[in-house]
Amino acid sequence: MGKKLLMKGNEAAGEAAITAGCRHFFGYPITPQSELPAYLSRKFPKIGGVFLQSESEIAAINMVYGAAAAGVRVLTSSSSPGISLKQEGISYLAGAELPCVIINVVRGGPGLGTIQPSQADYFQATKGGGHGDFRNIVLAPSTVQEIVDMVRLAFDLADKYRNPALVMLDGVLGQMMEAVEFGEYQPATPEKPWAANGCKGREPNLVTSIHIQSEDLEKHNLHLQKKYAQIVENEQRAELYHTEGAEILVVAYGSAARIAKTAVREAREKGIPVGMLRPISLYPFPEKYFHQVKGIKAIVVVEMSAGQMIEDVRLSVRDRVPVELISRMGGMMPSIHEILTGIEKLWNNTREKEGLKSESCL
Amino acid sequence: MKVVYEPPKSLTDKPFIYCPGCTHGIIHRIIAEVMDELGIREKTIMVSPVGCSVFAYEYFRCDGVQAAHGRAPAVATGIKRSVPDSIVFTYQGDGDLAAIGTAETVHAATRGEKITAIFVNNVVYGMTGGQMAPTTLIGQKTETTPYGRDQQLHGNPIKVCEMLSALTGPSYITRVAVNNPANVIKAKKAVKRAFQDQIAGKGFTLVEILSTCPSNWGKNPLECLKWLEENMLPAFPLGVYKDIDQEAKKDV
Repeated sequence: MGKKLLMKGNEAAGEAAITAGCRHFFGYPITPQSELPAYLSRKFPKIGGVFLQSESEIAAINMVYGAAAAGVRVLTSSSSPGISLKQEGISYLAGAELPCVIINVVRGGPGLGTIQPSQADYFQATKGGGHGDFRNIVLAPSTVQEIVDMVRLAFDLADKYRNPALVMLDGVLGQMMEAVEFGEYQPATPEKPWAANGCKGREPNLVTSIHIQSEDLEKHNLHLQKKYAQIVENEQRAELYHTEGAEILVVAYGSAARIAKTAVREAREKGIPVGMLRPISLYPFPEKYFHQVKGIKAIVVVEMSAGQMIEDVRLSVRDRVPVELISRMGGMMPSIHEILTGIEKLWNNTREKEGLKSESCL
Repeated sequence: MKVVYEPPKSLTDKPFIYCPGCTHGIIHRIIAEVMDELGIREKTIMVSPVGCSVFAYEYFRCDGVQAAHGRAPAVATGIKRSVPDSIVFTYQGDGDLAAIGTAETVHAATRGEKITAIFVNNVVYGMTGGQMAPTTLIGQKTETTPYGRDQQLHGNPIKVCEMLSALTGPSYITRVAVNNPANVIKAKKAVKRAFQDQIAGKGFTLVEILSTCPSNWGKNPLECLKWLEENMLPAFPLGVYKDIDQEAKKDV
């Protein structure tokens, strides 16, 4: 498929999984991700794939656990309330170090919330979500093309690190149609000598997350932490936009970043030296990229949540510059005007302060 | 010297950690003998639950996957759908299979998932210290029913074979006990039949095995067997609850 196709985000995610060699999907219906399972339920029977609509989100993630334990590339998708239900299984997957890809088409919460787009699952995705000390690899595309690229990357990283990988979309990205190219892509096909798929010709394998002796569990915890440190070292991803000469930095990801990008462009046209840092990997958070941008005097974080990613931004810049928040919640999205006004206000404040004393900057 | 009796090849050499008089050991041996006889050890994947048999994978010389509490049938589904030629069995207690995992059990059964559930029913939560199980009998005292299970307060024991036999997906549902040698032999036959059905791809199979728990029942092993006969057999009648081969014969 070298040509351009017009595809919905959710369907492109499904096609990307197919091209990544995934032939197993277990899931439960929930809006706004339903086109993804529907797409795979049409495609998989024709290519020998397994599509199973489970009785619950909990069953789905445990089927994922079983399939991953057996060594196949496996996908599930859901939306916020469903992802909450899956947290038990995600903790077990992390503990047993099983690779899998989980797509969360995030909607507004808490509780049943709304089906409209949101980024309020940031903490849940990036800080673990379930019980125990663990991390998911979290990727956040902002275009349909990037959904394709990130779903493929999620499968490769999941296998590389034997870890669950989450792809965070939202209702806008899932539902919007854009041109995509699938191009040439060879999925990584690592050996999985640890898989429980029958012990013919070898000693039996065991997939488990139980380490009943505290000494053993701590050793396992340390091993996991070492792995997460490697992920932090190797897998930070972000896009820098107009950061050359920028003094104001906008930080946004996913759908919010699309809107913020336009606001940045318009602010530049008005002569404001503003740039944008768009995290693509949310875990690991792209801290390294903050060290690349020089001369930043103030940051504005735009997110469709109450101020979740802003904590990681503050940690990344060690509070050396003011960090402001533009937040919309409950399925509402920030407007270009809202962000532009925020940028202008921050720029004016920064200039006023400059008149008084020299400000610290990144 | 002629060998007349030896441990099954499908069991490891690890000593069981189960309490003295617990019937898990007998059930493990039955399964291992069946695996030997059917020659399926190298393609069998066991899914162990949460409960006393959480470490069951230590004892079977086959691939093992440890599942979250109650989720073994879903995990087994994921494995079987990924390796269709494998033999996948879950080993679950009453709390695991009939309380926290009821949905997973019922839906794996109704899908006709080609897996085998070995359901060890000893009417009590063993590993957590003897609390009321979904199968605890009316009047039975446990850690959390200190005055006996009261129908009005605690509801009724769940009858898994009766419930699942109403579904279309299962091919073989049976209840056996391991309270005497004759019943142990019958239990082994039932386990073998279940695995044979799975090999033949007939459907979901479940063998409920009435079992004892000396530690939490507060009785010695012999008293336990007597208690099982007097109390559990009337409440949970032994027998075949579903057998699609017999149903097919009847239809003819």
